[in-house]
Amino acid sequence: MLEQYLSILVNSIFIENIALSVFLGMCTFIAISKKIEAAIGLGIAVIVVIGITVPLNNLIYTYVLKEGALSWLGYPEVSLEFVGLISYIGIIAAVVQILEMFLDKYVPVLYNALGVFLPLITVNCAILGASLFMVEKSLAFGESVVYGLGAGIGWALAIAMLAGIREKLKYSDIPEGLQGLGITFITVGLMSFGFMSFGGISL
Amino acid sequence: MSDPLRNLFDKSKPLFEGKGRFARFFPLFDVFENLFYSSERKTSGLTHVRDGSDIQRVMVVVWLATFPTMFFGMYNIGYQALSALEAINLAGAEHLKDWHWPLVQLFSGLDPNSILDCIAYGAIYFIPIYLVTFFVGIAWEMIFAVVRQHEISEGAFVTTVLFALSCPPDAPLWQVALGISVGLVIGKEIFGGTGKNFLNPALTGRAFLYFAYPASWSGDMSWVAVDGYTAATMLGISAQDGYTNMPDTFTWSNAFFGLVPGSIGETSTVAILMGLAILLITKIASYRIVGGIILGTIATTYLFNLIGSDTNPMFQMPFWWHMVMGGYAFGLVFMATEPVSGSHTNAGRWIYGFVIGFMVIMIRVLNPAYPEGMMLAILFGNLLSPLIDHFVVSRNISHRSRVLNAK
Repeated sequence: MLEQYLSILVNSIFIENIALSVFLGMCTFIAISKKIEAAIGLGIAVIVVIGITVPLNNLIYTYVLKEGALSWLGYPEVSLEFVGLISYIGIIAAVVQILEMFLDKYVPVLYNALGVFLPLITVNCAILGASLFMVEKSLAFGESVVYGLGAGIGWALAIAMLAGIREKLKYSDIPEGLQGLGITFITVGLMSFGFMSFGGISL
Repeated sequence: MSDPLRNLFDKSKPLFEGKGRFARFFPLFDVFENLFYSSERKTSGLTHVRDGSDIQRVMVVVWLATFPTMFFGMYNIGYQALSALEAINLAGAEHLKDWHWPLVQLFSGLDPNSILDCIAYGAIYFIPIYLVTFFVGIAWEMIFAVVRQHEISEGAFVTTVLFALSCPPDAPLWQVALGISVGLVIGKEIFGGTGKNFLNPALTGRAFLYFAYPASWSGDMSWVAVDGYTAATMLGISAQDGYTNMPDTFTWSNAFFGLVPGSIGETSTVAILMGLAILLITKIASYRIVGGIILGTIATTYLFNLIGSDTNPMFQMPFWWHMVMGGYAFGLVFMATEPVSGSHTNAGRWIYGFVIGFMVIMIRVLNPAYPEGMMLAILFGNLLSPLIDHFVVSRNISHRSRVLNAK
């Protein structure tokens, strides 16, 4: 049991790193990685939100959307999977909104630290992607908690590394045409080289 | 001023300076002048560093430090190939002959016990690889220097020699040219040249080829310089059958001295240790990185030994086997200690080394797709090193401000 959770965790942090091997959440990944502090803040926000939404969507999927899931209401033949996408998005948006209000009221320190990142990640495709992968892998509830945390940690690690590299690149002498986004894309490409080392690990 | 060479430089210098006809090509002139004479540029202002060492000298020392591995590598290519040929001939079989063969007949004997024959045979394979790497690499360096008007750095010499040494002996030359181009251009020049990159350029090129052409860069056909002859590396065999079940020639001492198939420069741990001694004495390589990697390796290996596994024989391999196999020593000495892409803070260097040591064993043991882990582990370390530095620096800042406030 524990071994399986551990393997899901390692798998989602390194092997299927959501930023560097499936390339999700690229827009925020590239936009908010100029400074390490900001990147880490965003990373933590992503960990929190993925960590909550993936298990939540897992519950929604298992008890409402999946084929036969509505049998407890007396409709065993109904499948609502076609509204999956929109439900997950709705859940994510709602969770972010509630989380924001909750943090503002009860944990203002964290709220101020996360600042603008929290509403920003409603539209981060890494979050939705993690929920969709969860469905695809047909994870149980416990596994989806671990998977959500792992996916978030993996993404946070990747953006922190990218921010570190970009801070270092401030001292570089990059050709005019490549400055800014161009070099960042190349950097991300080179980073996924480093993450390919995990590529064939089967746990 | 009776020195004719100095006169030649002095005479042609105006052509390359200011409004001279070839002003665009000043970097080329500069590099040739610096090859023979020290620079006349002096520091101005209040800062004045009194040290005889500069990039040029550092790079030349690194280059010299690779010589033991280079010559041993050539000998070993020859030794492996001629032994294989002898076995083929004894069996009465034919072997494939490519363009190397006429050269072999011209310059080299075929006796695996003769050191000269082995070196000659190895040179026939190594020198074309090195020449291609060198000229393609220097060409890129010159093109960028002229177009972007930066100095030509001797760093390219080191990158090319390290890249050439990390090639398998039977590597196709066009792929060698492609690899060094990717390494130098994408890995270094687009970031502004020496000192401005974040990945080791030689490794970037090598990793690119490794993923792009796995058959000729990590397949069993590539390790012995006889066409069509297959031989697995020690790491490949130990991943399959365990290190205790290897053929007779693959002993620990053979791996330590380097008489096993592998990439040109990586096989001999002894020759690499000579290079390490040079680099440590001249303080070019940081002993902290070296120490960190060794500690990380030992700790991780013991961890895996403790965990154990019935199906994966790599779990049981002790660290002294890991250290003599594959590219471990070569990567440790020449790739990981590269000052630009590694960590820059002293505490960070220990962590950086430890991460590499951990990763290399993890990849080797856990990842069946890649029996060799050193290259990828160092690339991962390179990626992490700016972040490590950041945390070390901010820890120091907060520590000092606490000390100041306490006073």
